[in-house]
Amino acid sequence: MTLALPSAPSQTSRRQVLVATAMVAAAAGMLIAGMLAMWMKFRAGAPTRESADGLKIIKDWMSKDIKVPEVAANTMFATFPFAALMAQWAVYAAKRRDSQHRSLALVILFGIGIALVNAQVAIYAQMEVVVSEGAFGAMFYAITGTMLALIVSGMAFTTVAFFRSIGGRDDDQQVISANALYWYFLTAAFTAVWFFVYVQK
Amino acid sequence: MTTNDTHVGASTKSSGSSVVASVGQWVTSSDHKKIGRLFIGWSLVHALEVAVLGAIFGLERMSPSSMQIFDGDAALQLSWLFRHVLVLGLLAPLFIGLAIAIVPMQVGSKAIAFPRLAQYGFWAWLFGSGLVLISLIANGGPNGGNADMGDLFLMGVGLLIVGLLAASLSVATTILTSRAPGMSLDMMPAFSWSALIASIATLLSLPVALSSIIYLYVDHTHAQNAFGGGQGMETWLGWIYSAPQTFVFVIMALGVLAEIAPVAARVRQPLRPVMLGGIALISTAIIGAVTQTNHVLNLTGTNSDKLSSTVLFLLTNGLPLLGILVAVAVSLLCFKEGRPSVNAAFAFAVLGVIMILVGVAGSFLANIDDAGLLGTSFTEGVTLYLAYGGVLVALGALTHWAPKLWGVVLDDKKVLGLAGLGLIGTVLSSFPLYIAGFANQPANVVNGFDYDGPVALWNVLAAAGSALIALVVLAYVGLLVAAVRAGAGAKDDPWDAHTLEWSIPSPAPANNFASLATVSSSEPLLDAKPSQEVPA
Repeated sequence: MTLALPSAPSQTSRRQVLVATAMVAAAAGMLIAGMLAMWMKFRAGAPTRESADGLKIIKDWMSKDIKVPEVAANTMFATFPFAALMAQWAVYAAKRRDSQHRSLALVILFGIGIALVNAQVAIYAQMEVVVSEGAFGAMFYAITGTMLALIVSGMAFTTVAFFRSIGGRDDDQQVISANALYWYFLTAAFTAVWFFVYVQK
Repeated sequence: MTTNDTHVGASTKSSGSSVVASVGQWVTSSDHKKIGRLFIGWSLVHALEVAVLGAIFGLERMSPSSMQIFDGDAALQLSWLFRHVLVLGLLAPLFIGLAIAIVPMQVGSKAIAFPRLAQYGFWAWLFGSGLVLISLIANGGPNGGNADMGDLFLMGVGLLIVGLLAASLSVATTILTSRAPGMSLDMMPAFSWSALIASIATLLSLPVALSSIIYLYVDHTHAQNAFGGGQGMETWLGWIYSAPQTFVFVIMALGVLAEIAPVAARVRQPLRPVMLGGIALISTAIIGAVTQTNHVLNLTGTNSDKLSSTVLFLLTNGLPLLGILVAVAVSLLCFKEGRPSVNAAFAFAVLGVIMILVGVAGSFLANIDDAGLLGTSFTEGVTLYLAYGGVLVALGALTHWAPKLWGVVLDDKKVLGLAGLGLIGTVLSSFPLYIAGFANQPANVVNGFDYDGPVALWNVLAAAGSALIALVVLAYVGLLVAAVRAGAGAKDDPWDAHTLEWSIPSPAPANNFASLATVSSSEPLLDAKPSQEVPA
């Protein structure tokens, strides 16, 4: 026997993409947090020695020949909030069903993504870290490479949102909001990476 | 509630005229019941694999000095294969598969959220498992001698973790966004609640393992110095295969018991919020997991040291144990207030959960420094109690939901007998390792160690226990296949159950519900039935 339960009205928007993006951001946050925790553990545990004049204690973590290109790193740090701003602009435009501004914001956001990738490549080129040179080399490329992969994922998400936008999906606020949420997460994640990897070193 | 006519079984018969078409349907299906059954099926294959390996290891340990079935490298890699398959090849995917198959029906959804993601999760997990198997056979696991295969091992573990994360994301999103109208979180069925807790705990803990794998992979492929090469894999990844991470993978077992107990007792679940809280409390285990540390109770040093050691120990070991105790106690309260009728599903579930409880209590004891049990086979016993206990619970869940998944009801008496044998097998395979642990038998070592106890007896018993588990799994699958072949049609609600999945035909139609129901309590189906229940 199949029992009859009271039927429900048609379901309202279920915000699946937004909820899933929030959970992906949480999981990716744990990924970056785990990497940073291990980075700090290795940094704290790096061997120390006295300087030649015996006046200073030197930590053998990052080779003294390596110079962090502060312009590129700080530019990345300063650019991320603009990326989040553009993503939020797209949300604002989507709520007003303004497809032109929504698409424009997404194009600019994608362009910012390219600039971020370019800045990261510039950092690699200028720092010339050797990956096989101790813990620092391997961990530097692992953590910045993971961050780079997350940025590229954000650009892919933005591309999908853009094509849906120009495809006339005016009711597509959820995807635009999820895209913005992801870029907010990227901003927070890079802020942590920037502080521990490029500032504290 | 009206339903679709399209039964999964019916559609398979009509379009599955060739084997290729049938395989194609399974490979590409976005039906959550098929994806879930793929996870469950392969997990049971892995259950057989670990039970056979466990039996072989027990035999080899009978006389470490004389019996040498495997040489040093092979023994080491097979020992890793055993640990790996036990946890990431069996325990984790078995319950995720159950959740994928059952949860959408329980919460009143027509489909799982992101079905292609769940499907990708299965294939990534399966492919990753295959890579791990190849790498371990080629001596590439932790402490292995083949560096290239070591890279493959890391890639395989990483891929299968991504698969488990994808499947967990799909389950959690379904529960959070696709519940029937009116079904608030506190009205959710207990199994779905446990699936939500377990999925989120998995999503928060396994990415930390992924971070270790990325570091290890980059280091291993380029320098092999910072993380200790092959040996470092054990240091940095060993925590995934042991408590408290394994507690996360058994959270859903408590949900299964909490789901089946009130149905067996024919009563509404008493103290339901307490039971949901107990299940949620187990997730505190992730605090211990993500810090990648065994928080051991060590009462030496200053008062401050003692206090911090006690707090961390209780937080990561005590709270999960308390959660399981609460969930078990409240689930069993049904039998005090209802009209109990012990069926096979309940027997499997309650015996399995008791085994899990013994495992978690064992982990609590092992993490007391003065007990001196860390690094001994006692910790192996903990993992075996959790894994084999999990298998028993899962078999109970399959017995309970077989009408919805395959359209059959299994022979209760035969399955009840298997539950008893499963209990004996689990105790035989695990408890001797507890005793051997007190006699300092080292963990995960199968030969070349000194042992001063009655080594032959304990390890023969452990081998016999694992062999018995293999037989139980084989016999259960045989019963299930025979029932499906016989095609005995199950009633829509053979257990007089409480939740939404029992309002649709057996087996469940492809899209579950033709129209959505409004839910106004935690037992919507019970509300719609003429009152036969014992008042709670």
